[in-house]
Amino acid sequence: MKVIPVPTSLDYRSVDRLLALASDSVEGSVLLDAHRLRWVDPVGMIGLLSLGRVMGERCGERPVLKLPEGGEVLAYLGRMGFPAAAEGIFREPLPSGRRQARRSEVLLELTRIEENRDVHAVVDLVHDRAGRILARTLRYPPMAVVQFPVVLSEVCQNILEHAGAPGWVAAQSYLWKKRLGREVLVIGVGDVGRGFRGSLEGEYSGRYGDRWGDATALEAAFIHGLTRFPDQGRGQGIQQIRRQVRRWHGGIAIRSGTARIADVPDWDEMAPLEDGLPPFPGAQIMIILPAGTQP
Amino acid sequence: MRQARRFGDLQLSALAVDVRELLERSVTSLRSHLVTRPTGRAVRIAIERQLDMLVAPALSLVDLSSVAILDYSCADEVVAKLLLRERGPSGSAFFVLTGVKAHHRDPIEAVLERHALAVVAETGPGRYDMMGVGSDGERTLWSRVERSGCVRAGQVAELVAARGRRRDLDTLLTRRLVFRHPASGDLHALSTLFRT
Repeated sequence: MKVIPVPTSLDYRSVDRLLALASDSVEGSVLLDAHRLRWVDPVGMIGLLSLGRVMGERCGERPVLKLPEGGEVLAYLGRMGFPAAAEGIFREPLPSGRRQARRSEVLLELTRIEENRDVHAVVDLVHDRAGRILARTLRYPPMAVVQFPVVLSEVCQNILEHAGAPGWVAAQSYLWKKRLGREVLVIGVGDVGRGFRGSLEGEYSGRYGDRWGDATALEAAFIHGLTRFPDQGRGQGIQQIRRQVRRWHGGIAIRSGTARIADVPDWDEMAPLEDGLPPFPGAQIMIILPAGTQP
Repeated sequence: MRQARRFGDLQLSALAVDVRELLERSVTSLRSHLVTRPTGRAVRIAIERQLDMLVAPALSLVDLSSVAILDYSCADEVVAKLLLRERGPSGSAFFVLTGVKAHHRDPIEAVLERHALAVVAETGPGRYDMMGVGSDGERTLWSRVERSGCVRAGQVAELVAARGRRRDLDTLLTRRLVFRHPASGDLHALSTLFRT
Protein backbone atom coordinates (compact mmCIF):
# COMPACT_ATOMS: atom_id res chain seq x y z
CA MET A 1 0.00 0.00 0.00
CA LYS A 2 1.30 3.42 -0.99
CA VAL A 3 1.24 5.79 1.98
CA ILE A 4 0.74 9.48 1.19
CA PRO A 5 1.45 11.82 4.12
CA VAL A 6 -1.02 14.68 4.55
CA PRO A 7 0.46 17.96 5.87
CA THR A 8 -0.24 18.59 9.53
CA SER A 9 -1.75 21.97 8.73
CA LEU A 10 -4.12 21.98 5.80
CA ASP A 11 -5.46 25.34 4.73
CA TYR A 12 -5.48 27.53 1.65
CA ARG A 13 -1.75 28.15 1.96
CA SER A 14 -0.70 24.54 2.32
CA VAL A 15 -3.32 22.78 0.19
CA ASP A 16 -1.06 22.97 -2.87
CA ARG A 17 1.30 20.50 -1.19
CA LEU A 18 -1.61 18.10 -0.84
CA LEU A 19 -2.87 18.54 -4.39
CA ALA A 20 0.67 18.09 -5.70
CA LEU A 21 0.55 14.52 -4.41
CA ALA A 22 -1.97 13.74 -7.14
CA SER A 23 0.76 14.04 -9.75
CA ASP A 24 2.76 11.22 -8.16
CA SER A 25 2.34 8.02 -10.09
CA VAL A 26 0.56 5.51 -7.88
CA GLU A 27 -1.12 2.21 -8.49
CA GLY A 28 -3.16 -0.05 -6.27
CA SER A 29 -4.05 0.73 -2.70
CA VAL A 30 -3.42 4.20 -1.31
CA LEU A 31 -3.47 5.39 2.27
CA LEU A 32 -3.86 9.14 2.84
CA ASP A 33 -2.21 9.45 6.19
CA ALA A 34 -3.72 12.42 8.03
CA HIS A 35 -3.33 11.06 11.52
CA ARG A 36 -1.04 13.98 12.42
CA LEU A 37 -3.50 16.57 11.10
CA ARG A 38 -3.69 19.46 13.57
CA TRP A 39 -5.44 22.17 11.60
CA VAL A 40 -7.76 22.14 8.61
CA ASP A 41 -10.02 24.77 7.05
CA PRO A 42 -12.75 24.48 4.36
CA VAL A 43 -10.19 24.74 1.56
CA GLY A 44 -8.14 21.94 3.13
CA MET A 45 -11.18 19.71 3.65
CA ILE A 46 -12.27 20.12 0.07
CA GLY A 47 -8.69 19.43 -0.98
CA LEU A 48 -8.80 16.13 0.93
CA LEU A 49 -12.09 15.13 -0.68
CA SER A 50 -10.82 16.11 -4.12
CA LEU A 51 -7.56 14.21 -3.72
CA GLY A 52 -9.48 11.17 -2.46
CA ARG A 53 -11.76 11.29 -5.50
CA VAL A 54 -8.85 11.67 -7.94
CA MET A 55 -6.85 8.88 -6.30
CA GLY A 56 -9.86 6.58 -6.36
CA GLU A 57 -10.41 7.14 -10.07
CA ARG A 58 -6.73 6.84 -10.90
CA CYS A 59 -6.00 3.74 -8.87
CA GLY A 60 -9.24 1.92 -9.53
CA GLU A 61 -9.97 1.59 -5.85
CA ARG A 62 -10.97 4.04 -3.18
CA PRO A 63 -8.13 5.20 -0.92
CA VAL A 64 -8.11 4.84 2.82
CA LEU A 65 -8.05 8.07 4.85
CA LYS A 66 -6.45 7.80 8.27
CA LEU A 67 -7.57 10.63 10.53
CA PRO A 68 -6.41 11.55 14.04
CA GLU A 69 -7.95 9.18 16.56
CA GLY A 70 -9.45 11.90 18.69
CA GLY A 71 -9.04 15.50 19.66
CA GLU A 72 -10.21 18.78 18.31
CA VAL A 73 -9.54 18.17 14.63
CA LEU A 74 -11.67 15.04 14.56
CA ALA A 75 -14.44 16.81 16.44
CA TYR A 76 -14.20 19.74 14.07
CA LEU A 77 -14.34 17.52 10.99
CA GLY A 78 -17.47 15.99 12.49
CA ARG A 79 -19.07 19.40 12.99
CA MET A 80 -18.25 20.35 9.42
CA GLY A 81 -19.93 17.22 8.08
CA PHE A 82 -16.72 15.82 6.66
CA PRO A 83 -17.50 12.13 7.35
CA ALA A 84 -20.82 12.39 5.49
CA ALA A 85 -19.25 14.27 2.57
CA ALA A 86 -16.49 11.66 2.38
CA GLU A 87 -18.87 8.73 1.98
CA GLY A 88 -18.15 6.95 -1.28
CA ILE A 89 -14.75 8.62 -1.63
CA PHE A 90 -12.75 6.77 1.01
CA ARG A 91 -12.79 3.03 1.55
CA GLU A 92 -13.74 2.86 5.19
CA PRO A 93 -16.31 4.90 7.11
CA LEU A 94 -14.69 7.79 8.91
CA PRO A 95 -15.12 8.41 12.61
CA SER A 96 -17.69 11.12 13.07
CA GLY A 97 -16.06 12.76 16.08
CA ARG A 98 -17.92 14.47 18.88
CA ARG A 99 -20.25 17.29 17.96
CA GLN A 100 -19.70 20.04 20.45
CA ALA A 101 -19.87 23.78 20.61
CA ARG A 102 -16.54 25.39 19.81
CA ARG A 103 -15.00 28.80 19.37
CA SER A 104 -15.24 28.66 15.58
CA GLU A 105 -18.63 29.13 14.02
CA VAL A 106 -19.82 26.99 11.15
CA LEU A 107 -21.56 29.04 8.52
CA LEU A 108 -21.90 26.23 6.03
CA GLU A 109 -20.97 22.58 6.54
CA LEU A 110 -19.38 20.68 3.68
CA THR A 111 -22.17 20.46 1.13
CA ARG A 112 -22.15 18.52 -2.08
CA ILE A 113 -23.19 20.54 -5.14
CA GLU A 114 -24.57 18.37 -7.85
CA GLU A 115 -27.87 19.88 -8.90
CA ASN A 116 -29.67 23.18 -9.03
CA ARG A 117 -31.59 22.36 -5.87
CA ASP A 118 -28.34 21.97 -3.94
CA VAL A 119 -27.59 25.64 -4.64
CA HIS A 120 -31.05 26.60 -3.40
CA ALA A 121 -30.49 24.57 -0.24
CA VAL A 122 -27.16 26.33 0.38
CA VAL A 123 -28.74 29.76 -0.12
CA ASP A 124 -31.67 28.94 2.18
CA LEU A 125 -29.39 27.65 4.91
CA VAL A 126 -26.84 30.43 4.69
CA HIS A 127 -29.48 33.14 4.55
CA ASP A 128 -30.75 31.91 7.90
CA ARG A 129 -27.30 31.81 9.48
CA ALA A 130 -25.58 34.71 7.72
CA GLY A 131 -27.14 37.38 9.90
CA ARG A 132 -25.57 36.02 13.03
CA ILE A 133 -22.09 35.44 11.67
CA LEU A 134 -21.74 38.29 9.20
CA ALA A 135 -23.27 40.96 11.40
CA ARG A 136 -22.07 39.89 14.82
CA THR A 137 -18.76 38.17 14.09
CA LEU A 138 -17.58 40.01 10.99
CA ARG A 139 -19.42 43.27 11.78
CA TYR A 140 -20.66 43.56 8.21
CA PRO A 141 -23.57 45.89 7.40
CA PRO A 142 -27.08 44.38 7.24
CA MET A 143 -26.99 44.44 3.42
CA ALA A 144 -24.21 41.82 3.51
CA VAL A 145 -26.65 39.27 4.88
CA VAL A 146 -28.37 39.34 1.51
CA GLN A 147 -25.27 39.84 -0.62
CA PHE A 148 -23.36 36.93 0.86
CA PRO A 149 -25.83 34.19 -0.22
CA VAL A 150 -25.73 35.74 -3.70
CA VAL A 151 -21.95 35.27 -3.74
CA LEU A 152 -22.35 31.65 -2.65
CA SER A 153 -25.08 31.04 -5.22
CA GLU A 154 -22.89 32.29 -8.06
CA VAL A 155 -19.80 30.42 -6.93
CA CYS A 156 -21.77 27.16 -6.60
CA GLN A 157 -23.35 27.63 -10.01
CA ASN A 158 -19.85 27.82 -11.39
CA ILE A 159 -19.53 24.14 -10.47
CA LEU A 160 -22.81 23.17 -12.10
CA GLU A 161 -22.28 25.09 -15.30
CA HIS A 162 -18.59 24.63 -15.94
CA ALA A 163 -17.21 21.63 -14.08
CA GLY A 164 -19.33 18.87 -15.56
CA ALA A 165 -18.84 17.07 -12.25
CA PRO A 166 -20.11 17.43 -8.68
CA GLY A 167 -18.28 19.62 -6.22
CA TRP A 168 -18.35 20.81 -2.64
CA VAL A 169 -18.70 24.06 -0.78
CA ALA A 170 -18.05 24.95 2.87
CA ALA A 171 -17.67 28.13 4.91
CA GLN A 172 -16.38 28.79 8.38
CA SER A 173 -15.28 31.80 10.39
CA TYR A 174 -12.07 31.81 12.43
CA LEU A 175 -10.07 34.18 14.53
CA TRP A 176 -6.82 34.95 12.73
CA LYS A 177 -5.16 36.36 15.78
CA LYS A 178 -1.56 36.35 14.58
CA ARG A 179 -2.03 37.00 10.90
CA LEU A 180 -4.66 39.69 10.94
CA GLY A 181 -5.77 40.25 14.50
CA ARG A 182 -9.40 39.74 13.63
CA GLU A 183 -11.99 37.24 12.51
CA VAL A 184 -12.10 35.99 8.93
CA LEU A 185 -14.61 33.98 6.99
CA VAL A 186 -13.05 31.28 4.81
CA ILE A 187 -15.10 29.87 1.94
CA GLY A 188 -13.88 26.86 0.00
CA VAL A 189 -15.41 25.58 -3.22
CA GLY A 190 -13.99 22.78 -5.31
CA ASP A 191 -14.65 20.13 -7.91
CA VAL A 192 -12.63 17.64 -9.91
CA GLY A 193 -14.32 18.34 -13.22
CA ARG A 194 -12.95 19.63 -16.50
CA GLY A 195 -11.51 22.87 -15.10
CA PHE A 196 -11.55 26.32 -16.69
CA ARG A 197 -9.28 25.31 -19.53
CA GLY A 198 -11.51 22.38 -20.41
CA SER A 199 -14.64 24.49 -20.14
CA LEU A 200 -13.38 27.25 -22.43
CA GLU A 201 -11.16 25.26 -24.79
CA GLY A 202 -13.63 24.68 -27.60
CA GLU A 203 -14.54 28.34 -27.82
CA TYR A 204 -11.26 30.15 -27.13
CA SER A 205 -8.18 27.99 -27.58
CA GLY A 206 -7.89 28.98 -31.24
CA ARG A 207 -8.08 32.66 -30.41
CA TYR A 208 -5.21 32.36 -27.91
CA GLY A 209 -3.10 30.05 -30.10
CA ASP A 210 0.17 28.94 -28.51
CA ARG A 211 -0.57 30.98 -25.39
CA TRP A 212 -3.57 28.82 -24.55
CA GLY A 213 -3.23 27.01 -21.25
CA ASP A 214 -4.59 26.92 -17.71
CA ALA A 215 -3.32 30.41 -16.90
CA THR A 216 -4.81 32.04 -20.01
CA ALA A 217 -8.08 30.18 -19.46
CA LEU A 218 -8.24 31.55 -15.92
CA GLU A 219 -7.42 35.05 -17.16
CA ALA A 220 -10.14 34.74 -19.78
CA ALA A 221 -12.78 33.87 -17.20
CA PHE A 222 -11.52 35.80 -14.18
CA ILE A 223 -10.37 39.02 -15.82
CA HIS A 224 -12.40 39.17 -19.02
CA GLY A 225 -15.58 37.35 -18.00
CA LEU A 226 -15.44 34.98 -20.96
CA THR A 227 -17.56 31.87 -20.95
CA ARG A 228 -18.16 29.04 -23.38
CA PHE A 229 -21.80 30.04 -23.71
CA PRO A 230 -22.65 32.36 -26.60
CA ASP A 231 -25.21 34.14 -24.39
CA GLN A 232 -23.88 37.61 -23.55
CA GLY A 233 -25.43 37.42 -20.10
CA ARG A 234 -23.19 34.56 -19.07
CA GLY A 235 -19.79 34.91 -17.46
CA GLN A 236 -20.65 37.72 -15.11
CA GLY A 237 -20.94 35.58 -11.98
CA ILE A 238 -17.22 35.57 -11.25
CA GLN A 239 -16.97 39.28 -12.08
CA GLN A 240 -19.69 40.12 -9.61
CA ILE A 241 -18.19 37.87 -6.93
CA ARG A 242 -14.87 39.65 -7.36
CA ARG A 243 -16.51 43.04 -7.06
CA GLN A 244 -18.31 42.04 -3.89
CA VAL A 245 -15.22 40.47 -2.33
CA ARG A 246 -13.26 43.68 -3.04
CA ARG A 247 -15.96 45.73 -1.29
CA TRP A 248 -15.47 43.62 1.80
CA HIS A 249 -11.64 43.96 1.52
CA GLY A 250 -11.38 40.23 0.99
CA GLY A 251 -9.39 37.99 -1.31
CA ILE A 252 -10.40 35.43 -3.91
CA ALA A 253 -8.23 32.88 -5.68
CA ILE A 254 -9.07 30.24 -8.26
CA ARG A 255 -6.75 27.35 -8.93
CA SER A 256 -7.40 25.24 -12.00
CA GLY A 257 -5.09 22.77 -13.70
CA THR A 258 -1.59 24.11 -13.28
CA ALA A 259 -2.42 27.74 -12.58
CA ARG A 260 -3.92 30.03 -9.98
CA ILE A 261 -5.27 33.53 -10.37
CA ALA A 262 -6.19 35.82 -7.50
CA ASP A 263 -7.44 39.20 -6.41
CA VAL A 264 -5.01 39.79 -3.59
CA PRO A 265 -5.99 42.11 -0.74
CA ASP A 266 -3.33 44.31 0.84
CA TRP A 267 -3.15 42.07 3.92
CA ASP A 268 -2.11 38.97 1.94
CA GLU A 269 0.99 38.09 -0.05
CA MET A 270 -0.40 35.66 -2.57
CA ALA A 271 0.80 36.07 -6.16
CA PRO A 272 -1.88 37.46 -8.50
CA LEU A 273 -1.07 34.80 -11.10
CA GLU A 274 0.88 31.57 -10.77
CA ASP A 275 1.55 29.04 -13.49
CA GLY A 276 3.43 25.76 -13.54
CA LEU A 277 1.80 24.36 -10.40
CA PRO A 278 1.49 20.58 -10.15
CA PRO A 279 -1.54 19.61 -12.26
CA PHE A 280 -4.83 18.89 -10.54
CA PRO A 281 -8.21 18.39 -12.18
CA GLY A 282 -11.17 20.70 -11.77
CA ALA A 283 -11.20 24.05 -10.04
CA GLN A 284 -10.61 25.09 -6.46
CA ILE A 285 -11.95 28.46 -5.34
CA MET A 286 -10.98 30.16 -2.11
CA ILE A 287 -12.58 33.31 -0.74
CA ILE A 288 -11.42 34.98 2.48
CA LEU A 289 -13.46 37.80 3.99
CA PRO A 290 -11.96 39.66 6.95
CA ALA A 291 -14.03 41.24 9.69
CA GLY A 292 -14.78 44.92 9.36
CA THR A 293 -12.53 47.17 11.39
CA GLN A 294 -15.36 49.28 12.82
CA PRO A 295 -16.93 48.00 16.06
CA MET B 1 -52.98 39.11 -12.83
CA ARG B 2 -54.16 40.40 -16.22
CA GLN B 3 -56.25 43.51 -16.67
CA ALA B 4 -57.36 45.76 -19.48
CA ARG B 5 -57.20 49.45 -18.63
CA ARG B 6 -58.88 52.25 -20.48
CA PHE B 7 -56.39 54.95 -21.14
CA GLY B 8 -58.20 57.74 -22.88
CA ASP B 9 -59.41 56.18 -26.09
CA LEU B 10 -56.74 53.50 -25.87
CA GLN B 11 -57.13 50.14 -24.23
CA LEU B 12 -53.91 49.14 -22.51
CA SER B 13 -53.37 45.55 -21.48
CA ALA B 14 -51.76 45.30 -18.09
CA LEU B 15 -50.08 42.37 -16.44
CA ALA B 16 -49.04 42.45 -12.80
CA VAL B 17 -46.60 39.68 -11.88
CA ASP B 18 -45.70 38.88 -8.30
CA VAL B 19 -42.37 37.18 -8.94
CA ARG B 20 -42.34 35.32 -5.64
CA GLU B 21 -45.79 33.90 -6.28
CA LEU B 22 -44.82 32.96 -9.82
CA LEU B 23 -41.65 31.36 -8.51
CA GLU B 24 -43.66 29.12 -6.22
CA ARG B 25 -46.03 28.14 -9.01
CA SER B 26 -43.50 27.76 -11.82
CA VAL B 27 -40.73 25.77 -10.26
CA THR B 28 -41.60 22.22 -9.36
CA SER B 29 -40.17 22.06 -5.87
CA LEU B 30 -40.41 24.80 -3.30
CA ARG B 31 -37.99 27.60 -3.98
CA SER B 32 -37.93 30.57 -1.73
CA HIS B 33 -35.29 32.70 -3.40
CA LEU B 34 -34.73 33.91 -6.93
CA VAL B 35 -31.38 32.22 -7.46
CA THR B 36 -29.80 30.04 -10.16
CA ARG B 37 -30.21 30.33 -13.89
CA PRO B 38 -32.67 27.44 -14.37
CA THR B 39 -34.97 28.97 -11.75
CA GLY B 40 -34.79 32.37 -13.41
CA ARG B 41 -35.44 30.78 -16.78
CA ALA B 42 -38.57 29.02 -15.46
CA VAL B 43 -39.90 32.29 -14.04
CA ARG B 44 -39.16 34.20 -17.24
CA ILE B 45 -40.87 31.61 -19.41
CA ALA B 46 -43.94 31.79 -17.16
CA ILE B 47 -44.02 35.59 -17.54
CA GLU B 48 -43.54 35.33 -21.31
CA ARG B 49 -46.49 32.95 -21.57
CA GLN B 50 -48.68 35.48 -19.85
CA LEU B 51 -47.34 38.31 -21.98
CA ASP B 52 -48.11 36.36 -25.13
CA MET B 53 -51.79 36.39 -24.18
CA LEU B 54 -51.94 40.17 -23.96
CA VAL B 55 -53.10 42.50 -26.68
CA ALA B 56 -50.54 45.15 -27.64
CA PRO B 57 -49.65 47.60 -26.26
CA ALA B 58 -49.15 46.03 -22.89
CA LEU B 59 -47.78 47.21 -19.60
CA SER B 60 -46.10 44.61 -17.40
CA LEU B 61 -45.43 45.26 -13.75
CA VAL B 62 -42.87 42.86 -12.37
CA ASP B 63 -43.12 42.95 -8.59
CA LEU B 64 -39.94 42.02 -6.73
CA SER B 65 -41.08 43.18 -3.30
CA SER B 66 -41.32 39.63 -1.90
CA VAL B 67 -38.02 38.45 -3.34
CA ALA B 68 -35.51 38.26 -0.50
CA ILE B 69 -32.53 37.15 -2.55
CA LEU B 70 -31.92 37.81 -6.21
CA ASP B 71 -28.68 36.62 -7.74
CA TYR B 72 -27.03 37.80 -10.95
CA SER B 73 -27.96 34.72 -12.95
CA CYS B 74 -31.64 35.13 -12.10
CA ALA B 75 -31.53 38.87 -12.73
CA ASP B 76 -30.08 38.12 -16.14
CA GLU B 77 -32.75 35.53 -16.94
CA VAL B 78 -35.74 37.42 -15.57
CA VAL B 79 -34.96 41.11 -16.03
CA ALA B 80 -32.45 41.34 -18.87
CA LYS B 81 -33.89 38.64 -21.08
CA LEU B 82 -37.44 39.96 -20.73
CA LEU B 83 -36.25 43.41 -21.77
CA LEU B 84 -34.20 41.98 -24.64
CA ARG B 85 -37.23 40.05 -25.88
CA GLU B 86 -39.37 43.17 -25.99
CA ARG B 87 -36.65 45.36 -27.45
CA GLY B 88 -37.02 43.71 -30.83
CA PRO B 89 -39.46 44.76 -33.55
CA SER B 90 -42.06 42.24 -32.39
CA GLY B 91 -41.95 43.49 -28.81
CA SER B 92 -45.00 45.30 -27.52
CA ALA B 93 -44.67 45.40 -23.75
CA PHE B 94 -43.54 48.20 -21.47
CA PHE B 95 -41.93 47.01 -18.25
CA VAL B 96 -41.88 48.55 -14.83
CA LEU B 97 -40.09 46.79 -11.99
CA THR B 98 -41.92 47.42 -8.76
CA GLY B 99 -40.87 46.76 -5.18
CA VAL B 100 -37.17 47.13 -6.03
CA LYS B 101 -35.22 47.21 -2.78
CA ALA B 102 -31.65 48.17 -2.05
CA HIS B 103 -30.43 44.56 -2.18
CA HIS B 104 -31.96 44.03 -5.65
CA ARG B 105 -30.12 46.95 -7.16
CA ASP B 106 -26.67 45.42 -7.59
CA PRO B 107 -27.72 42.38 -9.63
CA ILE B 108 -30.23 44.37 -11.67
CA GLU B 109 -27.79 47.18 -12.43
CA ALA B 110 -25.09 44.65 -13.32
CA VAL B 111 -27.17 42.80 -15.89
CA LEU B 112 -28.59 46.01 -17.37
CA GLU B 113 -25.07 47.30 -17.82
CA ARG B 114 -23.91 44.03 -19.33
CA HIS B 115 -26.60 44.23 -22.02
CA ALA B 116 -26.71 48.05 -22.31
CA LEU B 117 -30.33 48.06 -21.18
CA ALA B 118 -32.45 50.33 -19.03
CA VAL B 119 -35.73 49.90 -17.18
CA VAL B 120 -38.15 51.97 -15.15
CA ALA B 121 -38.16 50.83 -11.54
CA GLU B 122 -40.10 51.70 -8.44
CA THR B 123 -37.32 52.09 -5.88
CA GLY B 124 -39.36 53.44 -2.99
CA PRO B 125 -42.94 54.34 -2.22
CA GLY B 126 -44.02 56.52 -5.13
CA ARG B 127 -40.44 56.91 -6.29
CA TYR B 128 -39.44 55.81 -9.79
CA ASP B 129 -35.96 55.69 -11.29
CA MET B 130 -34.50 54.90 -14.64
CA MET B 131 -32.11 52.05 -13.84
CA GLY B 132 -29.38 50.88 -16.17
CA VAL B 133 -27.58 52.43 -19.09
CA GLY B 134 -28.49 55.85 -20.47
CA SER B 135 -26.83 59.13 -21.36
CA ASP B 136 -27.15 62.17 -19.12
CA GLY B 137 -29.47 63.71 -21.69
CA GLU B 138 -31.72 60.66 -21.74
CA ARG B 139 -31.88 60.57 -17.95
CA THR B 140 -32.67 64.27 -17.72
CA LEU B 141 -35.42 63.98 -20.29
CA TRP B 142 -36.82 60.84 -18.66
CA SER B 143 -36.88 62.61 -15.29
CA ARG B 144 -38.79 65.53 -16.76
CA VAL B 145 -41.43 63.23 -18.21
CA GLU B 146 -41.56 61.28 -14.97
CA ARG B 147 -42.04 64.45 -12.92
CA SER B 148 -44.72 65.75 -15.26
CA GLY B 149 -46.46 62.42 -15.55
CA CYS B 150 -47.80 63.49 -18.93
CA VAL B 151 -46.45 65.87 -21.55
CA ARG B 152 -49.13 66.90 -23.98
CA ALA B 153 -48.37 66.51 -27.67
CA GLY B 154 -48.35 70.26 -28.08
CA GLN B 155 -45.64 70.63 -25.46
CA VAL B 156 -43.32 67.98 -26.79
CA ALA B 157 -41.55 70.37 -29.18
CA GLU B 158 -40.68 72.60 -26.22
CA LEU B 159 -39.51 69.58 -24.21
CA VAL B 160 -37.03 68.59 -26.92
CA ALA B 161 -36.06 72.07 -28.03
CA ALA B 162 -32.53 71.81 -26.66
CA ARG B 163 -29.88 70.41 -28.92
CA GLY B 164 -29.84 66.60 -29.01
CA ARG B 165 -33.05 66.24 -27.02
CA ARG B 166 -35.04 64.94 -29.99
CA ARG B 167 -32.59 62.08 -30.32
CA ASP B 168 -32.77 61.43 -26.59
CA LEU B 169 -36.56 61.23 -26.79
CA ASP B 170 -36.38 58.82 -29.73
CA THR B 171 -34.05 56.64 -27.68
CA LEU B 172 -36.38 56.65 -24.67
CA LEU B 173 -39.29 55.70 -26.91
CA THR B 174 -37.35 52.96 -28.69
CA ARG B 175 -36.23 51.55 -25.35
CA ARG B 176 -39.82 51.72 -24.07
CA LEU B 177 -38.92 53.90 -21.13
CA VAL B 178 -41.63 56.43 -22.01
CA PHE B 179 -45.02 55.78 -23.57
CA ARG B 180 -46.31 57.86 -26.48
CA HIS B 181 -50.03 57.63 -27.03
CA PRO B 182 -50.42 56.46 -30.62
CA ALA B 183 -53.39 58.72 -31.33
CA SER B 184 -52.81 61.88 -29.31
CA GLY B 185 -49.02 61.91 -29.36
CA ASP B 186 -48.96 62.71 -25.62
CA LEU B 187 -45.96 61.40 -23.70
CA HIS B 188 -46.66 59.47 -20.52
CA ALA B 189 -44.37 58.37 -17.75
CA LEU B 190 -44.76 54.61 -17.36
CA SER B 191 -45.39 55.10 -13.65
CA THR B 192 -48.58 56.98 -14.45
CA LEU B 193 -49.98 54.29 -16.71
CA PHE B 194 -50.82 51.82 -13.99
CA ARG B 195 -51.91 54.49 -11.55
CA THR B 196 -54.45 55.90 -14.02
